[in-house]
Formats: sequence, C-alpha cells, structure tokens
Amino acid sequence: MSTHAAPAPRLAGGTLPSWAVWAVYAAAAVPAIALVATTDLAPVAVVAGAVAAAVAAVYAWSRAVEGRRRAADRAVTIVVASAFALALAPLVSVLSTVLERGLERFDAAFFTESARNVVGAGGGAAHAIAGTLVITGVATLVSVPIGVMAGIWLHEYGRGPLKRWLTFLVDVMTGIPSIVAGLFAYALFAIFLGPGVRLGVIGAVALSVLMIPIVVRSVEEMLKIVPQSLREASYALGVPKWRTIVKVVLPTALAGIVTGVMVAVARIIGETAPLLITTGVVTSMNTNPFEGRMQSLPVFAFTQYKNPGAVAQPYIDRAWAAALTLIAIVMLLNLAARVVYRRFGTEVR
Amino acid sequence: MADGEERDPDHMHHIPETTRPPQAPGANGGPPRAVALDPAPAPAAAPAEPRVARAGKGVVLDRLNLYYGAFHAVQDVSMTIHPNKVTAFIGSSGCGKSTVLRAINRMHELVPGARVEGTVTLDGEDIYAPGVDPVGVRRQIGMVFQQPNPFPTMSIYDNVAAGLKLGDRRLPRSELDEIVERSLRGAHLWDEVKDRLDKHGSGLSGGQQQRLCIARAIAVEPEVLLMDEPASALDPIATLAIEDLVRELKERFTIVIVTHNMQQAARASDMTAFFNIEGAGRPGRLVEYDRTEKIFSNPSEQATEDYVSGRFG
Repeated sequence: MSTHAAPAPRLAGGTLPSWAVWAVYAAAAVPAIALVATTDLAPVAVVAGAVAAAVAAVYAWSRAVEGRRRAADRAVTIVVASAFALALAPLVSVLSTVLERGLERFDAAFFTESARNVVGAGGGAAHAIAGTLVITGVATLVSVPIGVMAGIWLHEYGRGPLKRWLTFLVDVMTGIPSIVAGLFAYALFAIFLGPGVRLGVIGAVALSVLMIPIVVRSVEEMLKIVPQSLREASYALGVPKWRTIVKVVLPTALAGIVTGVMVAVARIIGETAPLLITTGVVTSMNTNPFEGRMQSLPVFAFTQYKNPGAVAQPYIDRAWAAALTLIAIVMLLNLAARVVYRRFGTEVR
Repeated sequence: MADGEERDPDHMHHIPETTRPPQAPGANGGPPRAVALDPAPAPAAAPAEPRVARAGKGVVLDRLNLYYGAFHAVQDVSMTIHPNKVTAFIGSSGCGKSTVLRAINRMHELVPGARVEGTVTLDGEDIYAPGVDPVGVRRQIGMVFQQPNPFPTMSIYDNVAAGLKLGDRRLPRSELDEIVERSLRGAHLWDEVKDRLDKHGSGLSGGQQQRLCIARAIAVEPEVLLMDEPASALDPIATLAIEDLVRELKERFTIVIVTHNMQQAARASDMTAFFNIEGAGRPGRLVEYDRTEKIFSNPSEQATEDYVSGRFG
C-alpha cells in the first residue's frame, strides 16, 4: 500500500462488517415476530414488510459506508435470496406437515395389511402400495420404449413440417389435463370391454398418455446435448446411423434420459383423477392389472379422507400416511436415479 | 508436460503383417491403380516390413461444386490427390477447405440442405454414384476432426476398437487386441495408455485425445485419412507429435490435411492446395495446387504468393 498515491482512485473503500446483513435480518425479525404474535395481521404481509424493511435498511447502510454499486449489489442479493426462500417455504411446509401427520400411522401394519373389512382404526395400505407400484410400473414399461423411440425419431430422423407438427402435438399432450387422459383410457377400453369395467391396466394406459410426452421431450432435450462431433466421429468410422444412435448417442445421453424418466414417473405416480375413473376403488389386495379393480395410494388417500367413518381420525391418519408413503417412494426413485447417474453418467464436453 | 512422448521409431515396423484385418474387396493388394499423375509411390519404403506396405488410394475430384442450401460454398474444384502422399489444404477461413474435405468422404451431405455436384472418385470409383452407400465410403475414407472427440462413454480400448466393434464384422477378442495395440502404437500412444486401456478416454490430455482419435481412425484401416485441422486445438509439442505421425502414416494411407498453419503445411505435406475466396458470399475456389516446395518457394499465382508469405489473410 503506497501512502503517497493520493490522487489515484482508492481500491479499498469502507466495508460493512460481515455480520451486518444478519444483524439487519435479526433486527427486522424481532418486531415481525412480535407483530404476528400480538396482532391479527396476516403473517405473509408481516414477513413481506419485514423483508422490504431489511432490504431498505441494508441498502441505506451499505450506501452510506460502501457506496452505490456495492449497496445495489447487496440489495439485489437479498431480494434474490428472499425469492428463493419464498419458493422453498411451501415445499418445506408441505414436507413437515406430511411428516408430522403421516408418521402417526407409518407403522408395520400400514405396509402389511390391506383395508379389507377395516372399520375404524387399524388396517393398512399394502393393497394401495402394491397397486401404485403395479400401475406405475406398467405405465413406465409402456411409456419408456415408446417415448424414447419417439424422441429419437424427433431429434435424429424427423425433418420438415411433419417434425414441427409432431413436436407441437407432443407439447400439447404435455399439457393435457389428467382427467382427460383418464376419460380417454376409460372410453378406449369401454369400446372393447363394455362400459363400467375397471382394471389396473386401464389406469396404466391413462398414465402412459400423461407420461409419454414428458419422456419424449426429455429424451429429445438430452439428445440435443450430445455433441454433433460424436455422431460425426462415428459416421467417419463407417458406422451406420442406427448403430451410431444405439452405441454412441444413447449411451452418452443415458444418464439424462434416466433422470427424465424418473421425473416423468414422479409426475404420474401421484395422479388421482384418472385412476379414480379407470381402476376404481377397492379395499383388498389385487396385484393383477388385468383382473379386477385396483387401489392406488393417491386414490386410497382420497377415499380415506372423503369417506371417513363415525370416528374420522383413523381415516384421516391413514390418508396422511398414504401421502407420506407416496413421497417416500418418489424420493427412493430419485435416489435410485442419482445412483444410476453416478454409475453411468458421463461428462459431455 | 503430459504430451511429451518417448518416441520409438521402430513401432511401425514391428507390426505383424499377418494379423491385418481382411480388407474390403478390391481394397488391398496390388499396386495402386494409375489414378495418380505422379509416379506410383514406392510402397516398399518401409524397410523392416516383411511384406509390401499397404498402399492408400488416390482420390480425384472433378468439377466439384458444393452448396449449403442456396449458398454456393465451393466452385469447380478439380484435383488429383495422390496415393501415399500428404496433401495439405491451405487458405483463409471460410474459403471452403473443410467443405471440400468433408465432401471427400460424404460427410458434407450430413448438413441439412447441403448439396454436391461433380464427382469424387476413389481409385476410379465414383463415390457419389447412385447406389453407393455413404457408410461404405466412410469405411474407406476416415476422418480426424479439429476438436479431439473420443467417445465419452467408452474406454480407451473401446474407443480404438469402436470402428470395428460397431461395424458389420465380428472379430475375435485376440484379433481385436492386436489391432488396438497396433493402432495405438501407430498413433504413438501405446506407451502412455497401455496400463489404463479400460479407463475413459476423456481423462487424457488434449494431444493424447487427438492421438487416440487418430488411432481410432486408423484401426479400421481406411485407404484415405482426412484430417481437419487436427492440431489446431493443441499446444506446439503435441502439434509436432501429430505432424511426425502424419509423415509416418503416409506410408500406409493417403492423407489430406486441412491446416491454417503455414509451417505445418510446409513441414508435413508433399502437395499443397491453396483455396481462396474473392469476397464474402462468393464461393471458394482452388487457386493453385502443386508440390509443396513449389507453392512455398515459387508459386505460379500472385494470390498464393501473397498468402504464403503472409501479406494478407
């Protein structure tokens, strides 16, 4: 540090202490908590006001000490971080509520017994867990090959207006309301089996209608990431196009495709409406998708909540436990996807 | 200095000739057919080889016009690429060198809207004739790209074996082992990777990756090897390694190399083709094609002289 270079712009200016922002937060939090506790103001409004006050305070303080640029930087950082916290809040709230209420009946009986002849407390959701796994499994078995191949066609082979139209239709299908998918599958099978037939496989078809476009899009996106240079390298070795796709392109995109499939599974595993129409409601175990009605976890939760007995609490507890189980299954699937990603993932440069 | 290598000049000559994979019909044996204006190269130049070294094939371009959609990229290129020589394509950016190169193994048409007029003949056979399978053409005319692009999902071994494994023929493991070793030795990479053949190729340095790509390209024993600025992404030492390799590989292959590096063209090539473009949006043309010494010492065209002496571009 030279002392005689006074005319040069100073590099080191004033700096807020590292605890400054947290101190402002704490200072804003204290009156906010007091307000929520003592008045009947809406907590959301209080929190929003506190954040706004904190931003203003940090900006003013920082501007006085550090100058305008750093002040703006700090203010924007706080706004962005707050937005993130805001987005996270419902998620944390949902998780904690489901955990808190679902653990009440998250016991061995819940996983081993069905709801057959259960009135009041007791019983379980083994039939619904089995049904969810079977229906989702069949839907995945149907959707993944179709979706992957459709995605390959769209990205590797599709050309011109046909491709544009199909891409548009896939986009439209991504936004299809799930109840419409359920009605479609119901109507489709009603043609062959007559009305009023409810089977696990009909539900699986309904879920496939929802799942296929998601898989197609994610496969397409993943194939886009595979560098063209790898395809060219393979062509230049005299490898035919289809083998290039099977042996070079797909393995390179595999990790992403698996992740995409997992996202699609997570998306359909919680579907209630189409299954209510297509697989019906049943209290006993049925693992055969081609015979008889089949229960699933979302439908189980729905019916428990909708048709409670004289004492409602055991039913509501079972509904929460079913919700918790569903979240746990999705989490396990995600963990499995991560393991796959670690195991087979490749860095594409 | 990951790219430094202990050079063993004898590598090439210990290759057991008998284990070479069967060639496509008409692809091997005999002296190269008389496409070349040049006297046939002496294939027996490799002294320690027990038999006559394999010969590359010549390529003749005749009034080649290349288009990207409506854009006329290259106009009227006619030239004869001599077998077992290194031919360098030089010229400023955007003048169509790479486009011509990619037309030689039918990679140009992979770009949507790309079109080819005129003919390219490999050893007398028109590769653009109807009924010619581009896959078969590319088997005989391999390519190395500007950016090293090993397959990221495959081990070093599988990368080298990729062209054979993914091709039509099934080879027994022992034969595959030999081809992989021979190709890696041919690309001066064997000593650096022999203990980690099952590791991914992406762990190698840039120069090593490029030599891996060369090993991969020569493993399928093409007749012609096209190289699109193979050293432009590499440091000077790795570049020299590639150039040495090119000089060595011409004993077995016909080599065409696109380069922006004048010294590289002068050092590594036998023949040089200078491409130029008259202005933006105009097609690139072949200005002059001659022996490398002539291009660099006494070119016939003023434009060539200007370019090689660095007076423009």
